[in-house]
Amino acid sequence: MNESRISCEEVVQRLFDYLHQELDIDASAEIERHLHRCHDCFSRAEFEQKLRDRLTESGQQEAPERLRRRIREMIERF
Amino acid sequence: MATSTRETVPVASHQECRDQFEQQVTLLMDRLYGTALRLTRHPDDAEDVVAEAISTAWNKLDQLEDLAHMEGWLFRILHHTFISHWRRRQCRQDREVELEPENGDTRFSLFEKLHQPFLLWWGTPEREFINAMLQEDINKAIDNLPDAYRVVTVLVEVEGYSYEQAARLLDLPLGTIRSRLCRARGRLQKALWQQGREAGLSTCGGERSGASGGGA
Ligand SMILES: [Zn+2]
Repeated sequence: MNESRISCEEVVQRLFDYLHQELDIDASAEIERHLHRCHDCFSRAEFEQKLRDRLTESGQQEAPERLRRRIREMIERF
Repeated sequence: MATSTRETVPVASHQECRDQFEQQVTLLMDRLYGTALRLTRHPDDAEDVVAEAISTAWNKLDQLEDLAHMEGWLFRILHHTFISHWRRRQCRQDREVELEPENGDTRFSLFEKLHQPFLLWWGTPEREFINAMLQEDINKAIDNLPDAYRVVTVLVEVEGYSYEQAARLLDLPLGTIRSRLCRARGRLQKALWQQGREAGLSTCGGERSGASGGGA
């Protein structure tokens, strides 16, 4: 196979674009191949993905009852 | 005015429509509020943004073709609502942020601080660090980002918008989104690192060569 191998440095540089699915299929596959054989980059990718999952959780917060009541009353008037 | 162009679709009554709308909104409430809180940083403002977004959504409901798509649509309205308020106040600080020179923070990597490739016996400190972080710490780190960084972070990292979608929503070039995200990430990771150290989470950096018993 004539896969052109990318370096760890290149992977690190494009890792967030990869995790955010901002790369085209070929570039993305290239990173994936690297992650399969490079333990360090794999650990890094895993770490960044986990961190991002934690960030995503911060968009969820129990809405105060006061707000729920306000919205209910507002919708009743619609 | 009211001539329907889609007569095959049964028209739901006002009551049915409102009930469905309320049901969906209720299900999404915690995420709407959480997102608004990350954007505004203040509970009162967050509540106002959510209420205004829901009111706008109801008034524009005829633009929504399918109630099943309400989630993404409602969140876009929420972001628009926030952004239109924010734009009015923003400008000055935003430009200052843009002028901020690239410094070490931009390239700060939590992983590089934590990862110890040769200390296999120690386990994986980076995983432990992530698991030990409290949600409040993460919220605080996001809330402390300057507005211009926080908003793209919420859109892309928290809400999962693509760079392109964020660019369109904020009316900024793609390159600006990328650079803000990158800077925001460095700052955010550095803040998490500092907060973690204050909380005694990290065993790296030489300050705590700590007991291997873990816990405490
Ligand atoms: Zn590698």
